[in-house]
Amino acid sequence: MFALLRIGICPGVPGQLSSGLCFCHMTFDPKSDRLVLGGRLDAAEVSRSWKLLGQVSKACQVDASKVDVTDGAGLAFLWSLSRTRNAHITGLRPEIAALLKPFDDLPINPADAPERDRSMFAQIGRAACAILKDIREQISFIGEFTVTALRCAARPRLVRWGDMWITAQKAGVDALVVAGTISFLTGMIMAFQAAVPLKQFGVDIFVVNLVALALLREMGPIMTAVVLAGRSGSAFAAEIGTMTVNEEINALQTMGLDPMRFLVVPRVLAGFIVTPVLTIYASVLGVAGGFLVMMAQGFPFAALWNQLVSAVGVSDVMTGMIKSFVFGILVAGVGCLRGLQTGNGATAVGESTTRAVVSGIFLIVLVDAVFAGIFYVLKW
Amino acid sequence: MVTGSNIIEVRGLTAAYGDFVLLEKIFFDVRRGEVFVIIGGSGCGKSTLMKHLIGLLPPAAGEILIDGENITTAAGEARASLIKKFGVMYQSGALFGSLTIEENVMLAMEEFTDLPADARQLVARMKLSLVGLERFAAHFPSEISGGMQKRAAIARAMALDPAVLFLDEPSAGLDPVTSAGLDELILNLNHNLGVTFVIVSHELASIYAVADRVIMLDSTKKGILAEGPPADLRDHDKDPGVHAFFHREAREVSA
Repeated sequence: MFALLRIGICPGVPGQLSSGLCFCHMTFDPKSDRLVLGGRLDAAEVSRSWKLLGQVSKACQVDASKVDVTDGAGLAFLWSLSRTRNAHITGLRPEIAALLKPFDDLPINPADAPERDRSMFAQIGRAACAILKDIREQISFIGEFTVTALRCAARPRLVRWGDMWITAQKAGVDALVVAGTISFLTGMIMAFQAAVPLKQFGVDIFVVNLVALALLREMGPIMTAVVLAGRSGSAFAAEIGTMTVNEEINALQTMGLDPMRFLVVPRVLAGFIVTPVLTIYASVLGVAGGFLVMMAQGFPFAALWNQLVSAVGVSDVMTGMIKSFVFGILVAGVGCLRGLQTGNGATAVGESTTRAVVSGIFLIVLVDAVFAGIFYVLKW
Repeated sequence: MVTGSNIIEVRGLTAAYGDFVLLEKIFFDVRRGEVFVIIGGSGCGKSTLMKHLIGLLPPAAGEILIDGENITTAAGEARASLIKKFGVMYQSGALFGSLTIEENVMLAMEEFTDLPADARQLVARMKLSLVGLERFAAHFPSEISGGMQKRAAIARAMALDPAVLFLDEPSAGLDPVTSAGLDELILNLNHNLGVTFVIVSHELASIYAVADRVIMLDSTKKGILAEGPPADLRDHDKDPGVHAFFHREAREVSA
């Protein structure tokens, strides 16, 4: 004998909210193949009794005359008894039978999911198509941006200077603390790391050469660009992505306003202006960090300064500057592109933001490698 | 299926954003089992009122009782059990885009019941069949139309069999046929399941079709301009604002 006895809160009739105690019980007698239901048949009761559906035989007898009230889960239980076990339910109160009526035509098996080919070949194919589409969109974006930028260069009034300065402030001034701190600490770390081996050879003054050249030529521009990608590239993608989801980009286009001129040009221009400035600032702070470590080891400032002036040439500063201009355009541009590529929904905005940062950092390293080759050939 | 008792009681509610008062000391009740519609011009505070009713915004003054419990002061377990008594359909549907329609409906059941997975799925399919979307259970929200998304949102709001369903502009953006289908669904759920509806709407045809009673809010009065069955307000109310609304008369736009 399988029997359950429960006490629960009873709301009276479905859809109403009165309260009071009522007894709920469910009794199954395998000998007579008879299930007796009673009291409140709700989600709590059904949760406990659902496995009973697998135990009752096909076409068993169900006495539901004592069922006082049921909710959606109780209806699902009764429906399953009736449809999947072909049970003969008797004595069901008319109001509960009426609630079950709309589900007479509900098919036993769920509808098939829309066809989504998840095989390995299909996934590889889709990924390849997505990469090709992305490359095409990047080329198209570069082309459209170049045309719009040239048009704006010919007629500077076309640029939305207000937006540009606000973006420059957010991407530049607001990033001073984080970019400066990272660079200062990196300079200190490099000096600490280099001082020990160089001291063994008695040439620890050359720590200045190492720190200054590394920061001015490589680390300064790269670290600044990475900070920009994390702070501003992601922000551009999220902002423009949300505008895409909200159909604000469509609204701009139908108002005759080119999103490229309206949104992309001010942001890329801001990136182009603030990245070199941030790079110089970060590099100077990085060198200062290196100096601090060397001074703590007993080197006078004048000696360090003389070493710096003799080690660093204009070409070193220019190398960093040229890179930072390009990195600024890349990070801001890819942020805007990912924003414009956003699909539907909140998830798509998140994906765009992630792609903006990942693509930004990837492009920074890729372009830096190209620059390394070019400068090597040019002997800069 | 209107019964005598009140399921929602609003007592001296003042709704404000900072110093900007939208509604001042309003009183009204919603009876168990009725279809109650909130109407009014744009900016009069309909959606704000609904956000207060469902506890998303705290009132500047007054209290809101749902089934006798104050939603603004309820906390912890009391608030959780109160929230389960109502479901909300937002204007945009607000379905979770990363879940299928069926998973959207099952989400609350997963969190608040111990039903096994196949039971949850069946309940979700039954809810979806009530709104005519059983065939689309495995689709994502982006794969179905706007009208279907609204119906799916109603199915999701009904997941835990709430006593009250709040619908924010259910007809907005829908064609007349889909809108009429939604009205039919509201009446069907109201008659068959006894669900109380509180609806914010602008659509006159829909209001006449479903509403037992309406309240009309007014931004100048910062309160309720009229209250009663929609046909009575249309035929007998003398207020020029109410007359203009129900007879679609253009009035001077006030700030």
